[in-house]
Amino acid sequence: MGRRVGLEVSLACAEAVGLCNADVVAAYPITPQTHIVEHLSELVAEGHLDAEFVPVESEHSAMSCCIGSSAAGARTFTSTSSQGLALMHEILFIAASLRLPIVMATANRSLSGPISIWNDHSDIMAERDIGWIQTFAENGQEVVDLTLHAFKVAEDKRVCLPVAVNLDGFILTHVIEPIEMPDQEEVDAYLPPFEPSQSLDPANPISMGVVGMPEIYTEAKKANAAALEDSYSVIKEHWEGLAKQFGRTYKPIETYRTDDAEVLFVTMGSLGETVMSAVDQMRDDGIKVGQVRIRLWRPFPLDDFMEAIAGAKTLIVIDRALCPGLPAGPVATELRGMMYAKGAKQYVANFVCGLGGRDVTRSQFIEMVNEAQKAAASGEEMSCRMVGVKE
Amino acid sequence: MISAAEALKDFQKITPKTIPLVEPFSKGHRACQGCGEVLALRMVAKAVGMDMIAVSATGCMEIISSSYQTAWETPWIHVAFENAAAVASGVEAGRKALIRKGRIKDAGAKVVAFAGDGATADIGLQALSGALERGHDFTYICLDNEAYMNTGIQRSSSTPYGAMTTTSPPGPKSKGQMTWKKNMPMIAAAHNVPYVATASPAWHVDLMNKVKKAVTIPGPAYIHIFSPCPTGWRCGPETSIETARLAVQSKVFPLFEVIDGQFILSRDIKKPKPVEEYLKTQRRFSHLKPEDIAYIQKRVDADYERLLKLVQVTAPEA
Ligand SMILES: Cc1ncc(C[n+]2csc(CCOP(=O)(O)OP(=O)(O)O)c2C)c(N)n1
Ligand code: SF4
Ligand SMILES: [Mg+2]
Repeated sequence: MGRRVGLEVSLACAEAVGLCNADVVAAYPITPQTHIVEHLSELVAEGHLDAEFVPVESEHSAMSCCIGSSAAGARTFTSTSSQGLALMHEILFIAASLRLPIVMATANRSLSGPISIWNDHSDIMAERDIGWIQTFAENGQEVVDLTLHAFKVAEDKRVCLPVAVNLDGFILTHVIEPIEMPDQEEVDAYLPPFEPSQSLDPANPISMGVVGMPEIYTEAKKANAAALEDSYSVIKEHWEGLAKQFGRTYKPIETYRTDDAEVLFVTMGSLGETVMSAVDQMRDDGIKVGQVRIRLWRPFPLDDFMEAIAGAKTLIVIDRALCPGLPAGPVATELRGMMYAKGAKQYVANFVCGLGGRDVTRSQFIEMVNEAQKAAASGEEMSCRMVGVKE
Repeated sequence: MISAAEALKDFQKITPKTIPLVEPFSKGHRACQGCGEVLALRMVAKAVGMDMIAVSATGCMEIISSSYQTAWETPWIHVAFENAAAVASGVEAGRKALIRKGRIKDAGAKVVAFAGDGATADIGLQALSGALERGHDFTYICLDNEAYMNTGIQRSSSTPYGAMTTTSPPGPKSKGQMTWKKNMPMIAAAHNVPYVATASPAWHVDLMNKVKKAVTIPGPAYIHIFSPCPTGWRCGPETSIETARLAVQSKVFPLFEVIDGQFILSRDIKKPKPVEEYLKTQRRFSHLKPEDIAYIQKRVDADYERLLKLVQVTAPEA
């Protein structure tokens, strides 16, 4: 059995990477990711983790270095945030196309400008099409579990894709939480050493990253997209394995009090926990409201999502980023598109909130339900509303 | 870590008779006729041998070696334009960890990064500086054809003064390239790495020995290779080696090594040819006026003098 400890979530994340016996960590510091990589360098310096810690000179080089080490056959981890993730942008696609099982913790933070170190999802929402598996954690325990799961899925020979575990900056990274840290034996039982199917080895030479001429580019892209789609069943399988090993269950779409709910919040990340308490309060007042949380963002679990919202009339999609020039935030834009293709009838209200670290309170969520219900009853189209803007 | 000099104690020189017969880079590439870069690349690969793990930056050599079939007989990876040094760092770090943990055998693989002058002196300078400073055990080869050839002969910071490129065209308001060539070998040497050298395919045995030294010495090594590009320099494909030779003989591209900080001339040019003789082999310089050539001659002489002084001041005391 693991040990129950009070630990800052960043440190827990680093400890989890240590338990996974990463061979290489290449990272560049950026708030609010810093504590993760500081603690990893400490684990290496103290001899608790036998790894190469590569203190690269930029995030662009961090991701490039990760590609090199993963291609050499090493279990590889990095972590970044915001501007750092944006600086990696070019290389993120290549990591996926080379089918390298790199794991990255993304401490979600707003993007400049204006410069802001605080939390929202602008950084990761700009990286939706990088071809990575992307999961979202809501609390420290989930960060630990999703990190173990990330290596397990990424390195599975049926998958061979990089995985980003998203955790909200500050709200998770800098908070001390009660966490059950698994034992080394338990982790070893869940996650065997990385056995790459191919690596850069003079005894068995391969060429990686060749030119994609027009005759093959489309096929290469199709194969890459198919690999991401097909990872869905493996992701679920390894969550089941995680439940067996550690007794905690995870699903691609998590639901809370959705039975008989007419209105459903759709949330991602730590804000989901505030929404839960708003749901509880409204339920006490007899309002039929529930919550759907997107845990697996890529590949998007559309069937699970459709099943979760089947009984609802109205959705309140919470976005933590903007899509300037579009009538909705990124999550609502995507959901509307996918729901339309499925012939779904639910009314989709969209609120953008919690940008750049702005707090969103329980009462604001309750107010969103009122607004959404009014708009739904009027049948009018509702473009996205930004919550709590000071005029 | 042992010094470069110590690592080279039992160094066995390659001679014209012992040039390695292996061809880690061979069939199937699509470089232009007379391409100096691909000639140099093949020489480097022969000197490194079949234990090479090659990392390429985007550019001519990456495109011509991997578009329909691969010309690489040893492991090879290409990721992007500006990050060959960072990718090489990762390959080295990954292998180091795996060797230490007993998961792979240390069979003497050599990590070698290949990049053009644009990938090195411009967009990839930061990644290169980081990798040199961190001390990874790898060799970085800059194949300098003095412009962005792959995208159509645009100027780089390594393009020489006066040269015509598609983004430094000469005209009433321009002499062509208006800036002096960035001194990449000196920038590399300023990182205090154990080995830095310049090389030319016109002195192929010297080039191969430098490569062999670079991969023998533990830690980072940097080799800057002058690589004529007939397509971009507007000269005959049969003249590449002659052009490379003239660049050295006119002191435009001096050959030297920096071993543990000590500058050593590979050949002292006692009777230099006039710079003009070198310039007139290439139509990229054909618009230059006598006063431009005189200016270039003056600066080439001054640069060479400075190099000679560095040789003197870094020489071990007798
Ligand atoms: C980030 C980025 N910017 C620009 C390019 C376009 N590009 C590809 S190769 C190249 C020039 C390469 O020049 P150099 O490094 O000197 O190599 P050469 O082709 O001359 O051998 C450029 C500009 C790119 N691939 N990536
Ligand atoms: S353009 Fe120049 S460098 Fe590129 S392949 Fe042709 S000759 Fe070689
Ligand atoms: Mg070039």
